[in-house]
Amino acid sequence: MNHSVEANTMTSNSFVKSLSTLKSIVWGSASQLRSMYLIFMHTFRKRDTLLYPEEKVQLSARYRGRIVLTRDPDGEERCVACNLCAVSCPVGCISLQKAERDDGRWYPEFFRINFSRCIFCGMCEEACPTNAIQLTPDFEMAEYDRQNLVYEKEHLLIDGVGKYHDYNFYRVSGMAIAGKPKGSAQNEAQPIDVRGLMP
Amino acid sequence: MSLETNLPSFITPDIFLILVGMFKAVVILLATLIFAGFLSFVERRVLALWQDRYGPNRVGPFGIFQFVADVIKLFFKEDWTPPFADKLTFWLAPVIAMSALLVSFAIVPITPTWGVRDMHIGILFFLAMAGISVYAVLFAGWSSNNKYSLLGGMRSAAQTVSYEVFMGISLMGVVALAGSFNIRDIVAAQQDGWFVFPQFVGFVTFFIAGVAVAHRTPFDLPEAESELAAGYHTEYSGMKWVMFFISEYVGLVLVSAITVTVFFGGWHPPAAFGYQLFPVIMNYIPAVVWFMLKTCFFILVFILLRGALPRPRYDQVMAAGWKVCLPLTLFNLLLTGIWILVYEPLSGS
Repeated sequence: MNHSVEANTMTSNSFVKSLSTLKSIVWGSASQLRSMYLIFMHTFRKRDTLLYPEEKVQLSARYRGRIVLTRDPDGEERCVACNLCAVSCPVGCISLQKAERDDGRWYPEFFRINFSRCIFCGMCEEACPTNAIQLTPDFEMAEYDRQNLVYEKEHLLIDGVGKYHDYNFYRVSGMAIAGKPKGSAQNEAQPIDVRGLMP
Repeated sequence: MSLETNLPSFITPDIFLILVGMFKAVVILLATLIFAGFLSFVERRVLALWQDRYGPNRVGPFGIFQFVADVIKLFFKEDWTPPFADKLTFWLAPVIAMSALLVSFAIVPITPTWGVRDMHIGILFFLAMAGISVYAVLFAGWSSNNKYSLLGGMRSAAQTVSYEVFMGISLMGVVALAGSFNIRDIVAAQQDGWFVFPQFVGFVTFFIAGVAVAHRTPFDLPEAESELAAGYHTEYSGMKWVMFFISEYVGLVLVSAITVTVFFGGWHPPAAFGYQLFPVIMNYIPAVVWFMLKTCFFILVFILLRGALPRPRYDQVMAAGWKVCLPLTLFNLLLTGIWILVYEPLSGS
């Protein structure tokens, strides 16, 4: 009796096992056919590719692309050649030389960005105290000759104000230039006469 | 007789027939090769369609000259044999890959009048050539002297022993029903009903084996580019690599063509169990169109398979081959035998 019971459970166990194998085979095949059907239905989907040269890419206003040097609202160069951009640049692709105009304004004698090194990180823009250097949403800068990727000031300087329409460094800073002595900037008090008696 | 009177005297009727046969063989060879080359473009476009991309669409209208550009590029590639490779085997492998599958085309009947060779062992010849083409992968994997290539070759061997057995048996049901190994006889036997209906299990298992023969994606374990660099042809470049590349597409066309001739009635319009579908209209469509349409359909199914299914591990392939497909095909052959015994005993004699 005992033996037959054991044999019975064994056969029923193997029967259940083979049934579950069969089920997994059928289920697996159905699942594969379903994924083939799902992929086939992509025939009627819209394609994700943007045909780039014909269709232009929509870039955000804050996209970090080609670097420009902007002018203040009066049309003068904003850059005061402080070298902070060159210092902050992690790859050291900016080089410039300070010069001074007759009216006392500082300006870069030359301003050079080597775009074959530039990583478009935007650190120069963050470091710039006069909002002069700015990154623009433009990336179409490919060149056949590597040397053409070195941009000089004449290539970098634009006629507009860029992202900051009203900012003029010499109007808000205390630096004295011809026609704007100390104390005449916006929100600037007259300089204290340290030799005076009044508090 | 009017044809032969205009010909030079040394062209006897026999030689004329031989020349016609050779002409047909060359045409079929060239058509197959060009079609296989063109498939490399078609596959990329179709695969791109199913992956919501465009694929190569720049060279010529819809990019149809992409494969011409590819061929020009490949001809000028450096053909480099690594110094550590086993020279003879390394050179032999691509030749086998290319020729074994191309030679198999000799047995494919395209229309009642077109075809290279009418062989009475047709299906066996195909199985033999499919077996030989595996040597290409084994040789390439071994002779490259590179662990990725060797792994690819090893996987190919593991895969081969598991699919070749049931591939042969899956075709035997059809052979039993048609009573012949000759593919032309098999096609002729499908005039009134495609063999896919009585031999559905045979079709499914043969199709699975066919994917493995062509080294197509669900079973592309020998090249598995995400795991083994390029698998068995990692060390190949230039024209030798092209031969492997083209042979993959030749295999694709070959397996599709064999599936069509054996299970889907070759050049015959749709028919099942003695009933033809719209016999009046369908018979107006030429035989060659039927054959081409069906072959292209299966090629597209193969590409869809590549787009849809992931690659299994090779122990899974072996398990599926030995534990599922082989019993299924044996069961199918047994049922077919019983059916023949009960309904048409002694039909072959």
